[in-house]
Amino acid sequence: MNFPENLLYSKSHEWVEKISDTSARVGLTDYAQDALGDLVFVNLPEPGDPVTDGEAFADVESVKAVSDVYSPVTGAVAAINEELLDRPQLINESPYEAWFVEVEEIEAFGELLDAAAYEAHCRAEQEK
Amino acid sequence: MKLIFEKSVPGRCCALLPACDVPVRPLESRFARKDPPRLPELSEVDLSRHYTALAGRVHGVNDGFYPLGSCTMKYNPALHEELAALPGFAGVHPLQPQHTVQGCLEVLARAEALLCEVTGMEQMTFQPAAGAHGELTGLLLIKAYHRDRGDAARTKIIVPDSAHGTNPASASMAGFEVVNIPSAPDGCVDLEALRAAVGPDTAGLMLTNPNTLGLFDRNILQITRIVHEAGGLNYYDGANLNAVMGVARPGDMGFDVVHLNLHKTFSTPHGGGGPGSGAVGAGALLAPFLPAPRAAAAGGGYAFETPPKSIGTVKAFYGNFLVVVRALAYILTLGGDGLSEASENAVLNANYLKALLAPYAPPACAGVCMHEFVVTLERLKKETGVTALDVAKAMLDCGIHPPTMYFPLIVHEALMFEPTETESKETLDWAAAQITGILRRAAEDPQSLHAAPCTTPVGRPDEVAAARAPKLRYRFDTL
Amino acid sequence: MGSYIPSTGAQREEMLRAVGVPSFEALYADVPQEIRFPELKMGTGRSELEVAAELRAMAAKNHVFSSIFRGAGAYDHYIPSIVKRVTAKEEFVTAYTPYQAEISQGILQSIFEYQTMICELTGMDAANASVYDGATAAAEAAAMCRDRRHSRVLVSAAAHPAVRSTVRTYCEGAGVEVAEVPVRDGRTDLEALQGLLAAGDACFYLQQPNFYGVLEDAAAFGAAVHAAGAKFIMGVDPIAAAALATPAECGADIAVGEGQPLGMPLSFGGPYLGFMACTHELFRKLPGRIVGETTDSRGERCFVLTLQAREQHIRREKASSNICSNEALCAMTAAVYMAAMGPQGMAQAAQLCTSKAHYLASRLGETPGFELAYPKAEFFHEFVTRTPVEPQRLLKALEEQDILGGLPVEDGILWCVTEKNTKEQIDRLVEIAQEVARA
Repeated sequence: MNFPENLLYSKSHEWVEKISDTSARVGLTDYAQDALGDLVFVNLPEPGDPVTDGEAFADVESVKAVSDVYSPVTGAVAAINEELLDRPQLINESPYEAWFVEVEEIEAFGELLDAAAYEAHCRAEQEK
Repeated sequence: MKLIFEKSVPGRCCALLPACDVPVRPLESRFARKDPPRLPELSEVDLSRHYTALAGRVHGVNDGFYPLGSCTMKYNPALHEELAALPGFAGVHPLQPQHTVQGCLEVLARAEALLCEVTGMEQMTFQPAAGAHGELTGLLLIKAYHRDRGDAARTKIIVPDSAHGTNPASASMAGFEVVNIPSAPDGCVDLEALRAAVGPDTAGLMLTNPNTLGLFDRNILQITRIVHEAGGLNYYDGANLNAVMGVARPGDMGFDVVHLNLHKTFSTPHGGGGPGSGAVGAGALLAPFLPAPRAAAAGGGYAFETPPKSIGTVKAFYGNFLVVVRALAYILTLGGDGLSEASENAVLNANYLKALLAPYAPPACAGVCMHEFVVTLERLKKETGVTALDVAKAMLDCGIHPPTMYFPLIVHEALMFEPTETESKETLDWAAAQITGILRRAAEDPQSLHAAPCTTPVGRPDEVAAARAPKLRYRFDTL
Repeated sequence: MGSYIPSTGAQREEMLRAVGVPSFEALYADVPQEIRFPELKMGTGRSELEVAAELRAMAAKNHVFSSIFRGAGAYDHYIPSIVKRVTAKEEFVTAYTPYQAEISQGILQSIFEYQTMICELTGMDAANASVYDGATAAAEAAAMCRDRRHSRVLVSAAAHPAVRSTVRTYCEGAGVEVAEVPVRDGRTDLEALQGLLAAGDACFYLQQPNFYGVLEDAAAFGAAVHAAGAKFIMGVDPIAAAALATPAECGADIAVGEGQPLGMPLSFGGPYLGFMACTHELFRKLPGRIVGETTDSRGERCFVLTLQAREQHIRREKASSNICSNEALCAMTAAVYMAAMGPQGMAQAAQLCTSKAHYLASRLGETPGFELAYPKAEFFHEFVTRTPVEPQRLLKALEEQDILGGLPVEDGILWCVTEKNTKEQIDRLVEIAQEVARA
């Protein structure tokens, strides 16, 4: 399992790559994609939509399940990764390249962990 | 196997219609389509063989044991098909003058009276075409009732987390907010959780009883009282009525509205996914809101009437009428005594099969079950890596339709069996031997179960590929 | 007494012992005493012979007309023998929804073929496995068009009354506003629609041919609806669809309709079939079951229920529709019908309908007072004429001759003619109409 050092992580398994103090990219972690299995579709918001820390902004579908993806920041969607709409398998294949949205005008970041802390969080969750 | 389009030969056809015996009058060309639809061109023998081959690749109730939990796959009597095909039913236009359709109205009125007696309801509509459609209808009745009383604050429907997925989906469709409450481990309602959830915003509660773990909720009278005292109404999801016909009536349990699946409990065939009938029965509070029209006795015969505060229509005409014909034949054949006998034997068969499987497939709950039961293969999976899915797929090789899998969600590696009353002891003994054989094989040869099925027309399908790049129609251009 | 339980009394005793309970009553110990075993006030069971006789007697109380000139949402078309034969196969009749793909290929493939045929008929990109009927298909289509920014639903007042009321019921439940676009001279008023359309409208529903049998200038409506940023839903008659410009050609985003004309008997209103098809852009919003092609573990082509994560059993309260059981056997019926008819047969049926309907209209028109209510409008197989006498008087006279006449509507009588109506039947109807007009 991969936990890149340059990213921040939410406890609900989203990664955040800060672009600036008020903008960032958000995606789903390696741990999450592994737990969810083969993803077959992703529902993304539209550019301009507001996102709120702790609230769902997208969902991912596997064959027999659907799971919400929560925003780790509060801001507005600047761009979505349209490639995922046609090739959701990118999330399984390279989760840290398969960003979901780029958020701008960020007013607040949620509680975010560094790579080491997130790895520990995953290990604890697995042992549950 | 080839698709019907791949068997098509240009210029081939069946001789079905006569030459035009009046002057030919083409449509004004500005309204005409550019190209004809690419429908297959076949002879009648091609067609007959195509569908005979397809029928060979289907497992119906008449092909073998079908213990699909929550679906009540009982035998569908032959008589019903004959009656539904009578020209006196099948050849009647829905908008004929009422004096020419008295027999149809009688079917609806008689079926309504009998089913109201079975459920303890006042009136019934047959307009909903399936169980989910009935749920939507019943919830719209609840909504109309609260609105009629001027109580706009009741916006929430309470649904236990062990409920069928249709319940919360129907509540959303009817414009309600869904409040999920946790169930006790046996799937029964957690009374404390219910008490905490009800309030002045409660429109109602949706409940299946017996619940989705196959247990009759012994607190049912308290449950419905809690909701009523909070000002809400109780909705009975009739999916599991096959356990309690003539044994306990939803109306007596405290329910205000009920939907029935005539295609489950009342033995009308499923047709590979419909047509069904989701008849909705209403108690005194909700009957005035039922959809229109409704057949009722009038002046020595029958006539359509519109309930005084009707929610309108949920479908064109009067519902899946021919399904009601079959259900009426079933009820008349069994009678009151036969209905309770059917339920009692459905429960006996489930308990008997459960007992035979118990040494190998532990039940999710202890004690007597109703018409269905859930086993958990969590330990088997841990010990052998064989999943509930593998076991289900191996059953296909034995000619048994698998039970419902991975439901209810509160049980891990769940298999839900519903044998129904129309299976014999011999069938149950045989099926139990097959299934326990599979479970024993899990320890010795798990790989053979991962690879199952191997005798079916096709192997396990790649569902991920199907969903990632959907191919939903035949592409002629790939020829 | 009738029963379908195979276990004998002795076997039941044996099974009770194996379960470890003394009696059937003991199985129901959890049912509160005060409501257990109510006495049902209904008869006891009866033999098959008796029940067959009773139901036959009920059927005999209905009148089956030898000649039908009434449509209005339920159409008396010829049903090829092979259609009834094939769809009565008990494997198809008694199977459940094809969740177990390995033993359900017959049903899955038939639905995949049905989906393809509906796409061909409508020109659309994708179709679902069916919904309950044409009216619920319209209501579900309207729901597909709603999103956060688009809510109000516009419906043509020239749509079938049951479609209008069902759409209204569904929308009221969801808290969505419905507005009707008025009719002028038997046609939906395009200018009125343009006046009504506003930002935030989700969709407009147009029926083709409309309830009065009139053909609408569908493409013009499509253009107007799209100009306002809403979706265009067309409800089409499937026999007419074989001849008319397709919904796709008219710019529809969603095509729906009542599939009953495709091989289903009149059946006093059901079971019928709601078909739904849409553009590629919208296919993930289609409600209900959808069959897709894939390969199996052996690398062979096979079919499965797919896109299930849209559906209620997975998405629960977030699902956009609650539908699960649909009208699968009716969808198969429609597929067998279309395959039996083929492109030539469908075109022939459509042409017979149009020719015979126009023949009746012109023959009726020979008698003063029976003018077409909307003389400028083109029609397919239904049309409204005025009547020189009270419609009920004419209909009664027809009924006495075993003819089901047209449906009385505001502007006169709505007649329907199909390929089943012979010239002789039509001439006979005209004769009676002339007699009544003279009397």
